[in-house]
Amino acid sequence: MSPKHHRAQALQAAFPYTIPILTGFVFLGIAYGYYMTAEGFHALYPIMISLTVYAGSMEFVTVGLLKEAFDPLRVLMLTLMINARHLFYGVAMLDKYRAVGRKKFFLIYGMADETFSVNCAAEIPPGVDKGWFMLWVTVLDYCYWQVGTMVGAALGSVVRINTEGLSFVLTALFVVLFLEQWRKEKTHHSALLGLGATLACLLIFGNQNFIIPAMLVILAGLTLLRKPLAKEGESL
Amino acid sequence: MTLAQELITVGMIVLGTVATRFLPFLLVSRKKPTPKYIQYLGVVLPAAAMGLLVIYSYKDVNLLGGSHGLPELIATLVVVGLHLWKRQMLLSIAGGTVLYMLLLQFVF
Repeated sequence: MSPKHHRAQALQAAFPYTIPILTGFVFLGIAYGYYMTAEGFHALYPIMISLTVYAGSMEFVTVGLLKEAFDPLRVLMLTLMINARHLFYGVAMLDKYRAVGRKKFFLIYGMADETFSVNCAAEIPPGVDKGWFMLWVTVLDYCYWQVGTMVGAALGSVVRINTEGLSFVLTALFVVLFLEQWRKEKTHHSALLGLGATLACLLIFGNQNFIIPAMLVILAGLTLLRKPLAKEGESL
Repeated sequence: MTLAQELITVGMIVLGTVATRFLPFLLVSRKKPTPKYIQYLGVVLPAAAMGLLVIYSYKDVNLLGGSHGLPELIATLVVVGLHLWKRQMLLSIAGGTVLYMLLLQFVF
């Protein structure tokens, strides 16, 4: 097969997985571009921030941060905390992103929640180039977000459509991918720990501060479970 | 803020985001074998991280007020039910989302 054919085949396999993200990202991107321009920023602000930051929830936070007093160190700490979950994705993808050559940089740079979830859980059909599949998912998601942001920024305050509730598309995507991941597992200790620990921390610490405690509890739990899990063969 | 201060602020946000995404890959050496513990985490973490992500996507649901998370619960059950029944990713997602929008706009 020619390289061109490889790429086309991988795109064909990858695109269906990104359709929910297409809907979710275009919608959320529009919401972000719209919100930031409505807050009085020039359209170039959300567009440039989406191109460079490319982390949805952080971009919404950016709008507020740019209105506060200048404090770069606090901004850096806040960003590290909000995005700390990416550390988990990185460790989870160490192996999958290892042998992909020059694609690696963009795969990591563009590792948004949704992109991670697809590249982590999707069953890539046999014969399809895994590197290209994952790169296409990453590139397509990135483009969806940029298109959304640009449309939102350009529309400003012109459009009024009742899209209330459409953002649930991303929740539904995560639930479905969780079920797909579940099917692939022999034991479900880790999945249940992830759900349980995060839910407990959300209830205890509230929705602003639960991610770091949840990550610590998950790490501690997985460390304690290492021997039993390794024995049952989940670790290999 | 001046334009320079705005650029530095956004620069810090880019730096922080890129750092959290690249750090694991930078810390694991290409030459030395990955430590056993990290290998173990690499195998078991994806499932836990997906669980975290699921809960994370419900973080703004208010159980004590408003509709008490009822629309989210119903729509989630429909997503799970559809997926266990047909296992068609797009059908499960579209079904749950359309129902959620209808619930939010007409029922709750």
